[in-house]
Formats: sequence, C-alpha cells, structure tokens
Amino acid sequence: MDWAYFLQQLINGLTLGAIYGLIAIGYTMVYGIIGMINFAHGEIYMLGAFHSLITFLICQAAGISGILPLTLLLMLFVSMVLTSIYGWGVERVAYRPLRGSFRLAALISAIGMSIFLQNFVQISQGARVKPMQPLVEGGITLMDNGKFDVQLSYMQIVIIVLTLVLMVVFSLLIAKTSLGRAQRACEQDRTMAGLLGVNVDRTISTTFVMGAALASVAGMMVTLYYGVIDFYIGFLAGVKAFTAAVLGGIGSLPGAMLGGLLIGLIEAFWSGYLTIEYKDVATFGILVLVLIFRPWGLLGKPEVEKV
Amino acid sequence: MASAFASSRTNGPEVVKELAFFAVIALMMSVMILGVETVDRPTGLELAVRWDLVLLAIGSTVVGRLGLIFRRENISRLGQAILITVSAVAVFEMFVRFRDMDDRWASPVFLDMAFSSVVSVIVSIAFLAIIFAAAYFSMKDKTAVEVDESAKLSSKIQLMYRSNTKKIGLIGIIFFIIFPFIFGEDRSAIDLATLVMIYIMLGWGLNIVVGLAGLLDLGYVAFYAVGAYSYALLSQNFDLSFWLCLPLAGIFAASFGIVLGFPVLRLRGDYLAIVTLGFGEIIRVVLINWYDLTGGPDGISSIERPSFFGMAEFSRRVPEGSIGFGELFGMDYSSMHRLIFLYYLILALALVTNFVTMRLRKLPIGRAWEALREDEIACRSLGINPTNTKLSAFAIGAMFGGFAGAFFATRQGFISPESFTFLESAVILAIVVLGGMGSQIGVVLAAIVMIGFPEMFRELAEYRMLIFGAGIVAIMLWRPRGLLSFRDPTILLNMSQKEKVAGEMK
Amino acid sequence: MTDNKLLEVEHLTMRFGGLVAIDDLSFMANKREITAIIGPNGAGKTTVFNCLTGFYVPTEGRLTLHADDGPRLLERTEGFRIPRNKGVARTFQNIRLFTGMTVLENLIVAQHNRLMEASAFSLAGLFNLGRYAKAESEAIETAKFWLNKVGLYEQADWHAGNLPYGSQRRLEIARAMCTDPSLLCLDEPAAGLNPRESAELNVLLQSIRDDQGVGCLLIEHDMSVVMQISDHVIVLDYGKKIADGDPDAVKNDPAVIRAYLGEEEDDELPPEVAADLHLDPNAH
Ligand SMILES: Nc1ncnc2c1ncn2[C@@H]1O[C@H](COP(=O)(O)OP(=O)(O)OP(=O)(O)O)[C@@H](O)[C@H]1O
Ligand SMILES: [Mg+2]
Repeated sequence: MDWAYFLQQLINGLTLGAIYGLIAIGYTMVYGIIGMINFAHGEIYMLGAFHSLITFLICQAAGISGILPLTLLLMLFVSMVLTSIYGWGVERVAYRPLRGSFRLAALISAIGMSIFLQNFVQISQGARVKPMQPLVEGGITLMDNGKFDVQLSYMQIVIIVLTLVLMVVFSLLIAKTSLGRAQRACEQDRTMAGLLGVNVDRTISTTFVMGAALASVAGMMVTLYYGVIDFYIGFLAGVKAFTAAVLGGIGSLPGAMLGGLLIGLIEAFWSGYLTIEYKDVATFGILVLVLIFRPWGLLGKPEVEKV
Repeated sequence: MASAFASSRTNGPEVVKELAFFAVIALMMSVMILGVETVDRPTGLELAVRWDLVLLAIGSTVVGRLGLIFRRENISRLGQAILITVSAVAVFEMFVRFRDMDDRWASPVFLDMAFSSVVSVIVSIAFLAIIFAAAYFSMKDKTAVEVDESAKLSSKIQLMYRSNTKKIGLIGIIFFIIFPFIFGEDRSAIDLATLVMIYIMLGWGLNIVVGLAGLLDLGYVAFYAVGAYSYALLSQNFDLSFWLCLPLAGIFAASFGIVLGFPVLRLRGDYLAIVTLGFGEIIRVVLINWYDLTGGPDGISSIERPSFFGMAEFSRRVPEGSIGFGELFGMDYSSMHRLIFLYYLILALALVTNFVTMRLRKLPIGRAWEALREDEIACRSLGINPTNTKLSAFAIGAMFGGFAGAFFATRQGFISPESFTFLESAVILAIVVLGGMGSQIGVVLAAIVMIGFPEMFRELAEYRMLIFGAGIVAIMLWRPRGLLSFRDPTILLNMSQKEKVAGEMK
Repeated sequence: MTDNKLLEVEHLTMRFGGLVAIDDLSFMANKREITAIIGPNGAGKTTVFNCLTGFYVPTEGRLTLHADDGPRLLERTEGFRIPRNKGVARTFQNIRLFTGMTVLENLIVAQHNRLMEASAFSLAGLFNLGRYAKAESEAIETAKFWLNKVGLYEQADWHAGNLPYGSQRRLEIARAMCTDPSLLCLDEPAAGLNPRESAELNVLLQSIRDDQGVGCLLIEHDMSVVMQISDHVIVLDYGKKIADGDPDAVKNDPAVIRAYLGEEEDDELPPEVAADLHLDPNAH
C-alpha cells in the first residue's frame, strides 16, 4: 500500500467533499422545509461560479486584483449576494405559486427552471469553457517518499477552513436564532406555524437565500480550485450534492456535510484506484444503494408511515 | 387611471415602492450575467459591457410588475391590454438585442422594423393588434355576467371535447394517415412528422408510467437508448433483420425496466425521480465508456435500414437476390418511398402503443395503476401487490420506449450517446405533463407544440431550450395539471359519458 | 366453541422505540360476531389494526386468522397478501378512498385479484377474451350488490371524492367488503356521522354480520354504536387490555370507568359526561 498516494487522495477527496457538502446543505434545507427537490439548485451553484468569475474579471480590469485578500473577499461577497437573489427569485417565480398544489407540479417547474437558467447563462455568457488563472498558488508538501509528493495546496486549506467556518456559522444560525426556530416550526407544520404568527413565506424565502448563498460559495471555490467553469457544471454537481444530502439523511445539516465528504472521498478514491471514467457511476450506484437499504440516510430519522 | 388607483387598496407611493423594489432585484440579477460578457481572447478572458440589456431587463420587469399590479387592483381591461402590449414589445425588444448585440441606443428595433417598408408596417401593426386583442379578450373583467359567459363557453368546449374524445381521436388518426398524401413530395414535412410521431410514441409510453401509475421517471431515455443500441448491436453483430430485432429491443428494454425498477420502486415519488435520473446517466456513461461494444462517443454508424417486411428493399442499388420496393409495386424508384414507409411504421407503432394503453386502462392492471397513484396504502389493504403493479407499469412503459429506440436507430442509421441525454428525458416528461397526465390526446398536442413548433422555427434554435424551460415553468403555473387534465372513468353504470361530463361541469 | 373462533391474538406487543403502544395483548374474536375495541385516545387501537393488516410488523406475539382453509399467521404474511382469499379487510380512521376515481371503480379495484386472474394477468383482457368479460360482469354485479346495500347506487358514477362524508364512510366499508373478507376491521366508522347516519350504520354492520356471516372488529368512540351492536367488547388503555366481556359487563367495570374518567369518584362526574358515555344506564 502506498500511503503517500492514499493520503493525497484523502486530501483531494475531502476538498471535493467540502464543495459537495456546501451545495448539499441547500438541498437539505429546502427539502426539510417544503418537501421538494429544488432541482434548479445545481444551476444556482453554477451561477455562483459565474458571478465570482465575473467579479474577479472586474477586479482585474479595475487593477485591484493584485491585492489578493481584497479580491477574494469581494468575490465571496458579491457572488453570495447576487446568487442569493437568484435563489430568492427562483422560489418566488417558480415554486411559491405551486406550493400546496399537486406534488409533481413543483418538481417539474423546477426542472423547467433548471433548463431555463442553464440556457440563460449559455446564451448570455457563451457555451465555451471559461478558464481562469490560479489565484491562490503554492502549498505545503506533507510527505515526500522519493517518488511521490503529498501536496496540501493553500487553496485546499482555504476551501476546508472556509467550509468549516460557514458550517459553524450556519449551525449557530439555525440552532440559536429566531429565524432558525421559525424554520424548524415550518418544517414541523407550516399551517400551524403560520397561525402562530411565523411569517411562513419569509421563512421559506430565507431558506432559499441561505441555500443559494452556500451554493455560491461552493461555486466560487470550484472556480478557484479547478480554474475552469462552464454553463453545464450545475447539472452533475447538483445531482451529486443531492445524493450527498440523501446519503447524510435529508433534512439534516450535519448529515449533508457528512454525505458531501463521503461522496467526495468515494469519488477521489474511485478515480485514484479504479477507473476515472466510471466515477459518476459509482456515485449513482451509492445513491441507489442508500435509498434501498437506508432511505432515511446516515444521520436522518426513519420516517414512519402513518396509516 | 388616477381614479382607478383611488378606488383600489394600494396607494400611489406604495406602488412606486413595489416597483422600485423589483427594479433593484432585476438590476442585481442582470448586472453581471447580462450586463457583463466574458469574451475569450488569446490573452485570457476579457469583459465586454452591455448595459442596454440590463436596462431592458429592468424595464421589462417593471412593466410586467405593473401589469400584475393592475391585475390585482382590478383595473379596466383596456389598461391591462395596453400594458401587456407594451411589455410584449419590450420583451421582443430585449430578445432582438440579445440576438444581435449591437448598440442601438437611439431607436428601438421595433420602430426601425416598423418603418422600414410598407409590409413591415402592416406586420407590426398586425402584431400589436393581435397581442392587444388577445390581452383584451382574455382578461377577466369585474362584471360577473361576463365571467359567467366565459366560464360557460369554456365548459361548452370541455363538454364537446370530452364527450367526443373518440371522434376527435379518429379524426386525428385519419389526419395522420393521409398526411403523406398531402405532403408526399415534401421531404422535410415527412421528416418532421416522423420526428413528432417518435415523441408522441415516447410520450404515450411514458404516460403509462407517469400519467397512469404516477411514478415519476426522469430516466426514460435510458430505455430508448437500450432499444436503439440493442437493435444496432444485434443487427451489426448477428446480422439480424429489423423485424426480428424490433420485438427483441422491446423485450430487452422491458427487462431493463424490471431489473432497474425492482429495487427502487418502493421509494417515495421524488426519490424515485432522482434514482431514475441516476440510472439514465449511468447508462449513458456506460455507453460512452464501453468502447469495444458501443463504439464509445463515436457511436454506431451505418445501421441497417428496414426492408419492406423482408419482401423488398428501399435502396437504389438492390442487393443480389432481392427486389426493390418500386419494382414490387411497379413504380419508379423514389427516395421518398423509404421515408414514407418509415413514417407509416412509426405511426403504426405509436397507434399500437395507444391502443394497448387504452385497453390496459380498462383492465384490472390499469385500474390498479390508477388506484396506486391515488393511494398506495389503500391499495395494499385491498390485496394489490404494489411492487408488482408498479413494476408492470415500468416494464410496459420501458418496452414501448425500446420499440421507439429501435425505430430511431433504423431511421437515423447512426446512434451515439449524444442522443440520450437527460434533456431528452426532460422533454418527454414535459410532453406528458404539459399534455395533462394520463391524457392520450394531450400527449399528441404537447408533442406537436414542443417538437413541431420549435423545429419549424429553426432560426430560434439558440433560444429553443431557453423558451422551452421558461415554457415549462409558465405552463405549470398556469395549469399545474396540464392542458387536458381530465380523467375519464373506465366504466360507467348509470349514465353516458356525455351525461357524466355534463354533470361534472355543473 | 373452539370451532367458532375467527381471530386469535396472543401476546401481541408493539414498541416504537421506547414507546410501548401495545403491551402483551391477547384476545379472541369469533365468527359472525362484532367485537368492539374501545379505549381512550392513544390507547393503541389503530395500532392493533395495523398489526393485523400487515402495516406494522409486531415486535412480539402471534396473530392467527382461522379462515375456512385453515389457520393463517398474519404476522408472517406480507401486508398485501393479508386481504387475499377471504382474508382481512379494513377501513381507515382517516378515510382512504381513491378520490379521483368513480364510486364504481373503487369497488372494482377492490376485486383486483380475482379479475387479474381471470384476465390471465392482462393477456386475456387485452384480446378481449370471453373469460375476462364474464369475470368483469360478475365483478360489476358484486359492486352493484354493495352499492345497493350502502345506498350509493344512484351515485355509482360520481367521483368518490365528491361524495358527502357519511357516504364516503359507507363506500369505504363497501369497498372493503368487495374483497370478500372473512374478517372486517372498521376503524371508527361512525366518526363524523350524524345520529341518523349512525343508526343506518348500525343496520349495515348488523347485516354484514348476520347476512354475510363476516366477523367484524370495530374500533369506535361512539358508545351508542358500541353498546347496541357489539357482541363482545375489549377495552384497551395504554396498550394494555383492562376489560374483556359482553357490553353490559364492560359498561360497569370499575377499571373501565377509571380509564375513561380518571381517578375521581364516580359521583363527581359531570352528568353530561356520564350521559355522553352512556356509562350510566339510568341516564337514558
Ligand atoms: N408509527 C408509529 N411510530 C411511533 N409511534 C406510533 C406509531 N403509530 C402509533 N404510535 C403511537 O402509538 C400509540 C397508540 O396509537 P394509536 O393510533 O394506535 O391509538 P388509538 O387508540 O387508535 O387512538 P385514537 O383513538 O386517537 O385513534 C400513540 O401513542 C401513538 O403516538
Ligand atoms: Mg386510532
């Protein structure tokens, strides 16, 4: 066993997993509160990537891209704000009017929204892959056994640390604030929460905004980490993040993160040791297995069928 | 208009505030994605600014919102119609700019076009008049009498449609049968009709799964792919004829349906959707990567074309030992013969699908599908095996998908994984849902709308999917249950269909 | 008497995590009898039905149905097989009709298994063979019989969801009877019915018992129904059986009175409560 190689895959997997986890939180929160799969969430993540790329280009044009921390913060902030508005808008336009209507209607509306957003970006920004030069370069060499260097790049550190910080902030937000309480109330019983004075519409909107903000961070990380994005990245990432949410237990925030990390690790190790072509098959295979044997996920609670 | 505002709930400043809010939202949403274009240059990405698009986005949002406010505040039909016309022109404007990307600051495109020639003046005025009239007459008015009138009209149409579905279906079938006689020489018309018919067949197949059994399948294209590849591979490797492969392709697809369905059919609705989507992707990934068998991304080409039931060939140079189709019927060779034959073939396949579905609906299995869609727990309490019942729907739907796939392969002569993406599944699903789940005629209408129209407006190719996506959302908002979402009983005891429909209308 | 038993429940226990919904419950139900199960809210009555009809797998215990073809162990049978071949049929506390289908269709779906066999799993049906046509017309006759019985013949072509509440309850009973059960489980059939409808229900249930010879298990809070038609009453409280016997004996059982009314003395009862529960025979 080559431990260096193993360690490198572990690091890569955790980085990838952090990104999936951030997207998965959006799925989990929305599913928890209104019980629908926000199919357009992957597209929101893609928009986040584009927003951060364009912010960077603007910074570059304005000549401030040399000041790295400022550029990074601007990218983070602008992309979070603008992408959140898309999250809000999607809910407002495509889901809210269908709330309480026939179940499949909202899902199909979401699929329509996803196709729309994808093509919207394709037309307005072009179909070609958008490259971006690396911003955060360099890293630490953790281990060097002669034939293989184990690298932990600074970018990977940024991703993991930022993810941890966001996780802590959001967990506190949901556990401690009245907003979090309102969200949990709406999860339990929307009608009753409304009768007790919770502003249900606003709570649901906030949930979408929060999910979109996290997805936009994931989008920015991917832009920086891989250095290429296109209008189509949302689809696969979205499906995988949803898999992560299901794997962790839909409705559970830590579960989404755990699921994301697991999916990231599986993907990294599968590509590292087996065939890279079939890594997506591995993810979907896991989704199927989880849903068959443990549909409530690793950290979720089994749902009882009330008769 | 001032008087209209005075009588309403919202006052002026509030309206302005609301509009300002939406203007800011539109600004934020468009400022980067629309306002800034990333342009590839040899030196890397550069930016190009398009402020006019942002302004247009804001403008049309504000106008649209104003329209909603007018509607909410019950402002006169005239006002609403004017507003809708203005916003339609604004959207058009945005659309044209979006395409041409030139800097028309001073003069709106619409005016330019309108004044460029007499014909275009007339066209523009007609355009305005149609939008205006449509808006004016479709608006609900305050007066109760008129609402009554329009409700009566729509229920009359419904009554007519629902009590004559058989006749309407028959007229449709006759139309499709004589279609080649009308357009026989027009290659593109036959091609388009064949394409629409493939989607009608796929829609009918999926309708069994989604419409009748209520199982949301986002990976239907997988079965289409299985059908196509099984025909292509069987015919290339074992030299089997199309007529032998057609049933085999259906059987393969159905077995796939059973194998895939068995573990997942107990899942709740939207989980099932994601898993089926996953399966669709798995099959595509396998097709791409299993190079030795499937040719990978290059696909399989020169797939054998069907013969005339093994009796005659359609090609110009007939191989030894067989005769040409033209010869058989004493006609000259024409390349249209094969196209028309293919058209009739898919028509026949689609009609078989339809016939089987209609018949199954009235059998215990079909009723069990519908019952399962309504309430699975009640079904279990009545002794219906949910897994097997769902599985049968899945397998039968898959089988028709497989037939369609085999037809697709023989018609194209070439297949590759490109043709079997998730988007394809989404299109088929949209046809089913748009048509009205479970409605056979709805599927035909939706397939014509979704496949036929976009193919006719080829110039909009780039915008096709954009409009398609927006259209799905709009239709869902407008009619969450689809265009023709009536369920006709499978059996009646005391009354005729007509009486039943009339009774429901009351 | 032993050949008369229909259902035997032995040491049934059902736990949900830490919650013991049913605790070592044993009782018997006889053929051609109405056995009522009563008890305060949350006593575990519906859970008993869910165990009997295969929706829950009991934690412990044995459930035996003595059908015509010999005893069957219900806890080992898959849920959807329980109603088959003169098995157990049920109704639900929250009505579960196929609301988008017509009344008649509801009753025909209930005869699914018989029809499915006759249609040779759809093949005979697809080609319209005579065998299936005959089976279908028989199914319609059965449906008509039950439609007349519950007074819904005129509404046969209505959508089930458009029926008034009381009719929906009756339709659900008719639908369960169309599966041709040997045991019918009714979960609060009189809930939400007005007094006239409730009286009609009594007649219907008695006729199911006497004319069809089907044994019934009846969960009911409406004591006027329970006391009038049941042959045998079982009282549950917190998952335990606290009384078992004929209606009159149970009515006066002190444990039952305590379970329903708490620990207070009998004479402290508000008179309207006593009247409501019909516990006091003098209240009439
Ligand atoms: N699936 C389940 N998971 C967890 N607890 C359950 C489940 N089903 C029932 N229970 C619990 O078991 C207990 C008994 O419930 P049950 O529905 O059987 O009561 P019941 O006697 O029918 O009451 P009611 O008269 O209100 O219908 C209740 O405390 C209930 O919360
Ligand atoms: Mg109960």
